[in-house]
Amino acid sequence: MATHINGSWELGAKMTALVVDDDSINQTIHHRLLEQLGIENQVARNGKEAIDIHCSGKKFDLILMDRDMPIMNGIEATRKLRAMGIRSMIAGVSTRCVKQEIQEFMEAGLDDYQEKPLTSAKIISILHKIHHSGSISY
Amino acid sequence: MDSVVLLQRQLVDYTAQLFNEGFLDDQFNQLQQLQDESNPDFVVEVVTLFFEDSERLLNELAKALEQQSIDYRKIDAHVHQLKGSSSSIGAQRVQKVCIAFRNYCEERNIEGCQKCLQQVKNEYSLVKTKLETLFKLEQQVLAAGGSIPWPM
Repeated sequence: MATHINGSWELGAKMTALVVDDDSINQTIHHRLLEQLGIENQVARNGKEAIDIHCSGKKFDLILMDRDMPIMNGIEATRKLRAMGIRSMIAGVSTRCVKQEIQEFMEAGLDDYQEKPLTSAKIISILHKIHHSGSISY
Repeated sequence: MDSVVLLQRQLVDYTAQLFNEGFLDDQFNQLQQLQDESNPDFVVEVVTLFFEDSERLLNELAKALEQQSIDYRKIDAHVHQLKGSSSSIGAQRVQKVCIAFRNYCEERNIEGCQKCLQQVKNEYSLVKTKLETLFKLEQQVLAAGGSIPWPM
């Protein structure tokens, strides 16, 4: 299917992403999904690691935020990132499908929400939501 | 008939069977699509992680259900994890039992939980055997000089 995709902004810079998930299977799959789409990405194992990475000065175009994680969960991490002034596209990822729980996660500051497991189609739909001066061709 | 073609046919048929019998769902296709020349062992890597994870969780579940005082929240957390990882690799039948398992946890139904543990162990064992067979067939195709016909 979609294996030859150019993950670049119009300006030619490579897109970057941060995968925040405590589960090693999801880390591996999400990392590879993004990689195949041409998106350079790294992995944080929980919300606190995600915050620390940002505190070290790194920024990402896209953050895939798992909801349930030890030490600091996705809701708290999202709130903290927004409070820090991070305007990256944050997509919440979870297996939860109860409306209230999704709402709670969205209200923490998400731009989008996707149910696990992630697929390349789901990631592409997230990318289409990123507002950018150029256009993304996928 | 060319032995490579025969082996490939065997592989395709066996895989189709696994999908038809509900052992695997479309998520497994997603994993296969992520495999290529630069990541030739991706599916095996992820499935191996699933095996390791599952065996750990099944052990924890067995221990938890043997306790004098059952901690249903702990059991639910383990089953939730198993449900998540099985759905991530497309192990549909394991995932389905996990859903029933969580319902029994919520009801604090010890017999239901024990029944589900047995069921999930069975389903896990089945899908493990079938995936190992699938990987063996893939190795045979590769050894005979053929290529794996994914994605379809």
